Amino acid sequence: MNSKAVGLKAMRPEDLLTPTPSGVCCRTGGFHIDPTRPVDKAVITHGHSDHARPGHGAVLATEETLDLMRLRYGDNFAGSTQVAKPGEPLTMGDVTVTFHPAGHVLGSAQIAVEHGGLRIVASGDYKDAPDPTCAPFELVPCDVFITEATFGLPVFRHGDASGEIARLLHSVAVFPERAHLVGAYSLGKAQRVIALIRQAGYDRPIYLHGALETITRYYQQRGIDLGVLKPARGADKAELAGAIALCPPSSLQDLWTRRFPDPVPCFASGWMRVRARARQRGVELPLVISDHADWDGLTATITATGASEIWVTHGQEDALVHWSRLRGLKARPLAIVGYGDEDENDGTAAGAGGAS
Amino acid sequence: MNTFAELLDRLAYEPGRNNKLRLIADYLRTTPDPERGFALAALTGALSFQHAKAGVIRALIAERTDPVLFELSYDYVGDLSETVALMWPADPAKRPNAVPSLSEVIETLATLGKAQLPAQLARWLDALDETGRWALLKLVTGGLRIGVSARLAKTAAASLGNKEPNDIEILWPGLAPPYTELFAWLEGRAEKPISLDSAPFRPAMLAHAIEDSDFASLDPAAFTAEWKWDGIRIQAVTGTADDGQAVTRLYSRTGEDITKAFPDLADALRLPGAIDGELLIVRDRRVQSFNVLQQRLNRKAVTGKLLADFPAHLRAYDLLVDGTEDLRALPFAERRKRLQAFIEKLNSERVDLSPLVPFDTWEALAAARADPATAGAGTDADAIEGIMLKRRDALYLPGRPKGLWWKWKRDPLVVDAVLMYAQRGHGKRSSYYSDYTFGVWTTGESGDELVPVGKAYFGFTDEELHRIDRFIRNNTIERFGPVREVTHEPDRGLVFEVAFEGLQRSTRHKSGLAMRFPRISRLRWDKPPREADRLETLQIILEKIEAGRSGTSPAVAEN
Ligand SMILES: [Zn+2]
Ligand SMILES: [Zn+2]
Repeated sequence: MNSKAVGLKAMRPEDLLTPTPSGVCCRTGGFHIDPTRPVDKAVITHGHSDHARPGHGAVLATEETLDLMRLRYGDNFAGSTQVAKPGEPLTMGDVTVTFHPAGHVLGSAQIAVEHGGLRIVASGDYKDAPDPTCAPFELVPCDVFITEATFGLPVFRHGDASGEIARLLHSVAVFPERAHLVGAYSLGKAQRVIALIRQAGYDRPIYLHGALETITRYYQQRGIDLGVLKPARGADKAELAGAIALCPPSSLQDLWTRRFPDPVPCFASGWMRVRARARQRGVELPLVISDHADWDGLTATITATGASEIWVTHGQEDALVHWSRLRGLKARPLAIVGYGDEDENDGTAAGAGGAS
Repeated sequence: MNTFAELLDRLAYEPGRNNKLRLIADYLRTTPDPERGFALAALTGALSFQHAKAGVIRALIAERTDPVLFELSYDYVGDLSETVALMWPADPAKRPNAVPSLSEVIETLATLGKAQLPAQLARWLDALDETGRWALLKLVTGGLRIGVSARLAKTAAASLGNKEPNDIEILWPGLAPPYTELFAWLEGRAEKPISLDSAPFRPAMLAHAIEDSDFASLDPAAFTAEWKWDGIRIQAVTGTADDGQAVTRLYSRTGEDITKAFPDLADALRLPGAIDGELLIVRDRRVQSFNVLQQRLNRKAVTGKLLADFPAHLRAYDLLVDGTEDLRALPFAERRKRLQAFIEKLNSERVDLSPLVPFDTWEALAAARADPATAGAGTDADAIEGIMLKRRDALYLPGRPKGLWWKWKRDPLVVDAVLMYAQRGHGKRSSYYSDYTFGVWTTGESGDELVPVGKAYFGFTDEELHRIDRFIRNNTIERFGPVREVTHEPDRGLVFEVAFEGLQRSTRHKSGLAMRFPRISRLRWDKPPREADRLETLQIILEKIEAGRSGTSPAVAEN
């Protein structure tokens, strides 16, 4: 796996994993990773809608990712399924496939693909920051690292999420008669925000928009303690004064918010680092909490993998490719269509969605 | 600095005036002296130090980041200070152990030489977090735009001690950052600070708009009438400082010190006293229209040419202080006599007396109002926008006491409305936002809100168009295709005086009415949106028009 051993390799990286506009494809192993169109065999990193789509012949993913796809798409979301256990190598054709925790959301994994001494790791989405609701990111040394770049600009530094929660709770103290509505992606972000609020010692009930209920319940079933949660539906205005409620980001502006007394629209997202983005969404309390690695996280991870070649999938590819090349690494953007457009499909209707 | 930054950050996103008040009050209550005092100074614009140029900030970031990464980032973020604040490489090894306080920053900046600024800035940037760096850069570049007026910040401070904002306004000119004696008084730990200012502002007395129905109950003999001049209401105060030097200050109606903009007028006010009057441009003894005054107001730099081309003049209508004697408890008729003597003694070309309009009956006054030129105003008639009625026995009372002062505006139908949305124009104007939707206040579900009442495309010069366009670009809060939503809050936004030909009922508009041929008759950069008109005013006009009395000059209320 060391790049010095390049002379022994039978294969170029592009022959082991071939980038196509609809995902990377492993011909030798007979599968695609996170394909954006239906394929015979899909290996899926995590449950967000831009990575996990219905209609594949067979799906290999972690137990949690398969459960989440079932919750979202129904029992017949794929022809057949196979559970991948993190850390246990599987043989597919001539290649070995191993799942490793990605620290992004519950069940999220990086996928290591090996053949003849060449190891490529596809990160899916990842973060190297602590998260009480999922297994921590595991660093996997490799020759080629396929990284996401959702926040691939040096302006994105997410800081400490608990500090953002402290800002939220301070605002609740200053405005005890207003409701604080926190827009959060329904898979991962919402549950992490609740867990962080609990870690900060807030023990009153937290109210949920209907679109968050199913996935949140699943997190609780997996043993993640989120305290007392109540549906916002049916609660009266007086009860909601001073309350914290979570909803999908797209609901921050809709009629649904009328049930709350003088609501403070908050949005938990890495995008909130940039003022114009926050203002564009009419947010009054932006909370910089992200389930993706920030710039420092991306660059530190790239360095730590020891990879000599970097492929950048979705987000701000240009900056990360430029940075990698400045460090003497081979780097290229992969033009995969359909990843990371979480702003557009945050899955309010179906319950799950992409995240940032 | 980080807690102040946190406050600024929150204020920048909070649209509600009351909520802003509470955020500021919460900060002032929980932050110790002298930090909170410097924060109050920053919010009220009371700080003065040499601002850093954008070039200094660019040079600092260029030394520390890759140019390609900087450009990509700047391109994405769109604001230099913010980009630098976010991508500043905070090297933990270099991080000083102490975060600078706002007090330290302000006290250092006050004495720092230009050459030392970059290194000092870099040390602070190393020590602060993202929000702290953003606030620091906005502060040092003079770009703090968070939608908080000085008045709002003072109101928040006053709330600490359940005081009126005017109590602070009166003390303000005698106070200096960090205002420890002010906070001690507000918190009940000390006596009220004595105003040491030799030329303080006194809260202004304001008039009510008169309705036709009001006249029946008013006795003409109890009132005097003057022209209502179309300029800027100011208070010109001259006092004597401790060192015996005369001090003159010009204040806007809300107490903002505008002396610097009118040195020509300030120089003319040599006698100790406080005059209430209208600032006008007078050329060759002739009062110019508000449009001409507007041209002077539009210029930032006060140059010799500007002073020569746009000579400032004060038309005096009240005297609040004569020498050191406070006249505000005297009846208006008495004050008027004192004013007359004062103006004669002052004997300046720049200052004259606003003439009285003689009348015996309301009908006679209505005739004078309809034709000021033949009623004594002569060539100044263009600068008259109506009549002011003042009770002879009225004391000078701050605020808007009922029944003492009335304003009776002249015909064309005009209202003050607030710019809400702007759209790109067509043809020659396609690169400018030149189509404006404006609104007036109405009572909504959660307090007062603006409701659109019309759209206008003309009535302004190209120069004014450029300025409005710039305002729109700097104050966009939302975009919908070619349309921009523009900041329209009680304390922040742009007020238009809109003239129109008539009103009709309309079910297509949320306001329930439609304006005929609206046009912008004047830009009111000087007026806070909260003082724009209300929908009720338009409804009254509409009812009068429908009753066939549109010719009888609907009195249009300024809020
Ligand atoms: Zn994801
Ligand atoms: Zn993704």
